[in-house]
Amino acid sequence: MNIDHSKPLEYSTEQNRLNILGFWIFLGAEIMLFGTLFASFFTLVDRIGSGPAGEEIFEMGPVLLETFFLLTSSFVIGLVVHAMRIGNKKAMITFFVITLLLGLGFLFLEINEFMTYYHEGATLQTSAFTSILFTTLGTHGAHVTLGIFWGTFIIIQVARRGFTPETANKTFIFSLYWHFLDVVWIFIFTFIYLKGMTGV
Amino acid sequence: MGYFSRFMVPHASPAIYASMVAIAVTMFLLVVGLTYFKKWIYLWSEWLTTVDHKRIGIMYLISALLMLFRGGVDALMMRAQLAVPENKLLASQHYNEVFSAHGVIMIMFMAMPYIIGFMNFVVPLQIGARDVAFPRLNAISFWLFFMGAMLFNLSFVIGGSPDAGWSSYFPLAGNEFSPSVGTNFYMISLQIAGIGTLMTGINFMTTILKMRAPGMTSMRMPMFTWSIFVTSVIIIFAFPVFTVALLMGALDRLAFTKFFTITDGGMDMLWANLFWVWGHPEVYILILPAFGLFSEIIPTFSKRNIYGYKSMVASMIIISLYSFMVWTHHFFTMGQQAYVNSIFSITTMVIAIPTGIKIFNWLFTMWRGRIRFTVPMLYSLAFIPLFTIGGVTGVMLAMSAADYQYHNTQFLVAHFHNVIIPGVVYAVLGASTYYWPKMFGFTLNERIGKMAFWVLNVGFCLAFFPMYITGLDGQVRRMYTYSADTGFGPWNFVSTIGSALMALSYVLIVYMIYYSIRHSPREGASSDPWDARTLEWATHSPVPEYNFAIIPEVNSREPFWDAKYKGLSIFKGEYNKIHMPNNTGAPFIMSCLFFVFGFSLVFSMWYVAGAALIGIFVCMAQRSFQIDHGHYIPLEGVKETEANYGGGSDK
Amino acid sequence: MKTTRSIFVCFILSAFLTGCDLVVLDPKGPQAETQADVIWLSIGIMSVIVLVVCAILVYVLVKYRDSKLPKDYEPPYIEGNHIVETIIVAVPVLIVIFFSVVTIITNNKVEATPEKYKGQDPLIVYASSSNWKWHFSYPEYNIETVNYLYLPTKRPLEFKLYSYGPITSFWIPQLGGQKYAMSDMVTTLHLAADDVAAMEGRNANFSGEGFAENTFYVETMKQVEFKKWVRDVKGRAAPITEKTFNKLLKPGHLGQLTYTGTHLGFSPPPMEHSGQPNDEHMSDSDAKGKHLDHPHSHE
Ligand code: HEM
Ligand SMILES: [Cu+2]
Repeated sequence: MNIDHSKPLEYSTEQNRLNILGFWIFLGAEIMLFGTLFASFFTLVDRIGSGPAGEEIFEMGPVLLETFFLLTSSFVIGLVVHAMRIGNKKAMITFFVITLLLGLGFLFLEINEFMTYYHEGATLQTSAFTSILFTTLGTHGAHVTLGIFWGTFIIIQVARRGFTPETANKTFIFSLYWHFLDVVWIFIFTFIYLKGMTGV
Repeated sequence: MGYFSRFMVPHASPAIYASMVAIAVTMFLLVVGLTYFKKWIYLWSEWLTTVDHKRIGIMYLISALLMLFRGGVDALMMRAQLAVPENKLLASQHYNEVFSAHGVIMIMFMAMPYIIGFMNFVVPLQIGARDVAFPRLNAISFWLFFMGAMLFNLSFVIGGSPDAGWSSYFPLAGNEFSPSVGTNFYMISLQIAGIGTLMTGINFMTTILKMRAPGMTSMRMPMFTWSIFVTSVIIIFAFPVFTVALLMGALDRLAFTKFFTITDGGMDMLWANLFWVWGHPEVYILILPAFGLFSEIIPTFSKRNIYGYKSMVASMIIISLYSFMVWTHHFFTMGQQAYVNSIFSITTMVIAIPTGIKIFNWLFTMWRGRIRFTVPMLYSLAFIPLFTIGGVTGVMLAMSAADYQYHNTQFLVAHFHNVIIPGVVYAVLGASTYYWPKMFGFTLNERIGKMAFWVLNVGFCLAFFPMYITGLDGQVRRMYTYSADTGFGPWNFVSTIGSALMALSYVLIVYMIYYSIRHSPREGASSDPWDARTLEWATHSPVPEYNFAIIPEVNSREPFWDAKYKGLSIFKGEYNKIHMPNNTGAPFIMSCLFFVFGFSLVFSMWYVAGAALIGIFVCMAQRSFQIDHGHYIPLEGVKETEANYGGGSDK
Repeated sequence: MKTTRSIFVCFILSAFLTGCDLVVLDPKGPQAETQADVIWLSIGIMSVIVLVVCAILVYVLVKYRDSKLPKDYEPPYIEGNHIVETIIVAVPVLIVIFFSVVTIITNNKVEATPEKYKGQDPLIVYASSSNWKWHFSYPEYNIETVNYLYLPTKRPLEFKLYSYGPITSFWIPQLGGQKYAMSDMVTTLHLAADDVAAMEGRNANFSGEGFAENTFYVETMKQVEFKKWVRDVKGRAAPITEKTFNKLLKPGHLGQLTYTGTHLGFSPPPMEHSGQPNDEHMSDSDAKGKHLDHPHSHE
C-alpha cells in the first residue's frame, strides 16, 4: 500500500481515491433515485382520492424543527472533517457524536410526524398522494437511519484505531453522504412541504 | 396447512410437476457429485469466494448460458403453442406465465449477465489493470444478480410465475388482476438483481476512469472499453429509476399502497412511464457493449484498425444521451397530443443516425482489409445486414402515426428480436468463441461452431421474418391462440420451424463446448490465436491471476499490434511483488441472505424477512469493521508463474 | 450468407405479393389509408438502405476476403475520411428530416377528424373495455352494444376510450390504428369508414387470461342502413340498468348484446384527458382528484 503524504489522509492511497470517486458516482445514482421519487411525487400530488391533501395535514412547526436539526448536523459533519484534517481526534469524535444525535433527533421528529398523519387518516394506503409522500419521506428517512448506524461504526473505528487512511477515508465519504441527505431534504422541504402548504 | 398453501403453484400442470422433480433430481445429483469428487472446498475457495474479475466474468457467462436454456425452453413452448391455429397445448394462463418469464429471463438474466460477463472478463485486461476498482463489490454484484435470477426462477415451482408480461403493466400486475404471488417474484427478484447491476455500473465507471494503464488516454481506449464506459453511465442513470418503479410496484402489491391502482388516485400510466424511462436505456445497455464486441472482432479478422474511431465514440455518446429522450415511443398510443408524439417520434429516429454511422464504420473497417471467416467474424458479418433490418424497422415503428398499427403486434416482436438476437446474442456468441482461448487456453472447435452459426442464422430468419407479415396482418403479440380463418397459421408454422432450428443450434453450441473441452489441443496453444490488436491479448492464456506481471505502457490505440509489428515495447521494467485483494465469502453469504429476504417478502413472511434483513446489516457491519489490506504475491511467485507460461508476456 | 439473403428476398417478395391482403395494408377508411401510405413509404426508403448496406457488405466480402488476396497484401492503416464520414452522416440526417416532416403531418392527420368528412358532426361512441369484452355506448342514439359495432360510412367517428380494468387497446386495423383504453382517463380516437364492410376489431394490449378472445365484430353500413338499425334496436332491445351493467362487467366472455340506454349515466367515464383543448388544464382546480367515481363531463 502506497501512502502519498502530500495529500490529505482520506486521499492518500490509490484505493482511497477510488473509493471517493466511486462514492461520488454512487451519489449520482442516488440523485436519479430521488429525482424519480420527486417526479412521481409531482405526478401524484393531486391524486388524493378520498384522502386528505398536503395542505390539510402538513404542519410547519415540526417540519421546521426537522429542517433545523438536519441542517445543523450537516454543518457539524463539516466540522468533523475539519477536526480530522487537523488531527484532533477528540474534537472529531465529539462533533461526530453531535451529528448523529442531531440525526437521531430528526428521525424522532419524523416518526412523530408520521404518527400524526396516521392518526389524521393519512396512511401509506390512503391514496396515491399519501403513498408517494410516505415513500419519498421514508426513503430519505431510511437513508438517515442507515447513516446513523454507519456513522456509529466509523466513530468506534476512529476511537479504536485513530486516524488511518481507512478511517479517514470512511469519515470523509460519510460526510459526503450526510451532506447529500441534507441537500435532498432541502428539496423535500421546499417542494413537498412549502409548496404543499402554500399551494403554489 | 393454510400457511403452507401459499407455496403451491396455482394452475399447476404436469410440466410443472415434472420440472419440480427435475430440479430436485439435479440438485441431488449436484450435491452427490460435488461430494463424491470432493469438490466442495474447490468450489468454495476458488469460485464462491473469489473476487477475481475473470472468474466473476466466467460465472456470469455460465449463468447466462443456463438462463438462455431456460428462456429458450419457454420460447419453444410458445412457438409450439402457436404453430397451428387453435392449439390446445398450453392453456391461456400457462401461456401468459411462459411469455412473461421468457421476456424477463432473456433480458435480465440472459442478455445482461452475458454482457456483464464480458465486461468483467475483458475490461480490466483491455486497460492493462490488475482488477476492477472494487473487486469485492464486484463479487457482491455477481451474487446479487445470481440470487435474483434464482429467486425469479423459483417462482416456476413455488408460488407461481408472474403472468403480466415482462413490462408488467399495472393495473394488470396489481393485486386485483394478478392475485398470485407471481408478480411479487418479479418485483423483488428484479430489485435484487438490479442493485447488483447498478453497483456493476459504478464499479466499471470508476475502473475505466481511474485504472487505465499509463499512456492510455481516453482517445486510446479500445472500443469495447469505450462502450462499457458509456454503458456504465447509462446504467447509473437508468437503473435507479427502475429501482423506484419496482419499489412502488412491490409496495402496491405487498403493502397495499395506491400508486398504480384503479381507485384512490392510482395512476397506471406512471408505471408505464417509469418502466420505459428505464426500459429504453436498458436496451441500449444491452446493445452498446454488443457494438463494442463487434468493434473488437471485426478489426481483428479484417487485419485493420477500426475505421472512424472518433465517430464511433461520438456515436455512442450521442446514443447514450438520446436513449433517455425516447421512452414515450413505447406508448405512442396512450393518448398524448399529436405534438408530443411528433417530438418523441423524431428523437427516436435521430438515434438511428449514430447507429447507422456505426454500421458504415464497420463496413469501412473491412474495406481494404484482409477478411478471415472465423466463427466470431461470421457472427459479426451476419449481424450487419440483420441488425440493419432491425434498425430500419425500428425507424418504421418510430413514425408514430404508423406505430398505431404496428404497436402490440408481431411486427414489434419481430423488430426487437431482430435487433436483440443479431445484435446482442450474435455478439456474445461470437465473443464467446473469440475470448474462449483467453479464458481457458484452448480454442473452440471451428467446424461445429460454423455449423451452429449457420443453423442459428437460418433458424433466426425463419422464426422472425414471418412475424413482420403476420403483424401487418393484425396478429397481436401475447395472444395464446388464433383461429384458422385469420390465415396466420402457415406463417406461424414457419416461425416454429425456425425456432426449432435455433434450439438445434443451441444444442450444437453446447456440444461444441463439450467437444472442445475433450478434444481441443492444449499444447502449443498461442496466447494470441487470432492475431489481435488490443492489450488483453498481450498477456498469457489463460490469464494469470494478476493479469499482467508488468503493467503495460501504452503509446497508441492498438498497443499490442504495434508491439508485434512495429517493435514498440509495452512491458517495460522489472518484475515485482504484486498486490492482490483477498478472497472473501461475505458477498456470497450476504447475497444468500438477500435471497432469503426476497423470498420471504414474496410470501409476506415478515418475521423471516426481518431476520434476514438484520443478517444483511450484520454482514455490512462486519465489512465495516474488518481490516483487509489484501495480500502480496511475492516476487518469486510471479517469476515462477511467468516461467511456467514460458517466458515474458511480451511474446 | 447466400441462404440468408435468398430467404430474405423470398420474404420481401411474398410480403409484397400478399401486401394487399394484409389487413393493415388494406385500409377501409381515411385514417388507415394515411397509415398504410406511411408504411409503404417507409418500407420503400428503408429497403433502399438495407440494400445499400448489403451491397457494400457483399462487395467488401468478395473483394477483400483472405483467400482472394495476394499473399503479401498488408491492409493499410486508415484513420477515417472526412468526405466519407460526412456522407454517412448527411444522408441519414436528410432521411430523418424527411421522415420528421412526414411524421408531423401524419400525426396531426390521425389525431384529428378526417379531412374528407370534416363537414359533418362526428358520431361519438364511448368504447369501454372490461375483462374481456367491449361495451359501446352511442349517446347520440341512446343505445349500447356489447362486442359489436355498427358504424355509418362517410361520417367522422370519434371513439372515447376507457377501461374498467387493465389497460386495453382499441383496434380496428382496417379503419385505423389503435389507442389505449385506461381506467383513469378517457382517450380519443378519430376514425371514419369509406365503404360498407365487415371486419374484426380487437383489444391489442395484453390484459390477462381472456385476452386472445377479446375481439369484437365491426360492420360499416350506409347512413340510412345505420339509422334503420338504430330504430330497430330501439324497438326490440331491453334497457340497460346499473344492475345488468355490473353483471356485464364481471370477468368472462359474452356474446353480442344490445341495449337501449347507455351506462354513461350511472357509471360515467373517468375524467377526460387533455387530448383536446378546453378540458383538464382549463378546469384544473375542479378536476383535482376526480376519478372513476367522480364524473367530469364537459361535452
Ligand atoms: C435504430 C434504432 C431503433 C429504433 C428507431 C427503435 C424504435 C423502437 C420503437 C419505436 C419501439 C416501440 C414500438 C411499439 O411499442 O409500438 C421499439 C420497441 C422495442 N425496441 Fe427498438 N428501436 C431501435 C433499436 C433497438 C435496439 C438496439 C434494441 C435492443 C437491443 C431495441 C429493443 C426494443 C425492444 C425490446 C422493444 C419492445 C419492448 C416491448 O414492448 O416489449 N430496439 N423500438
Ligand atoms: Cu425503446
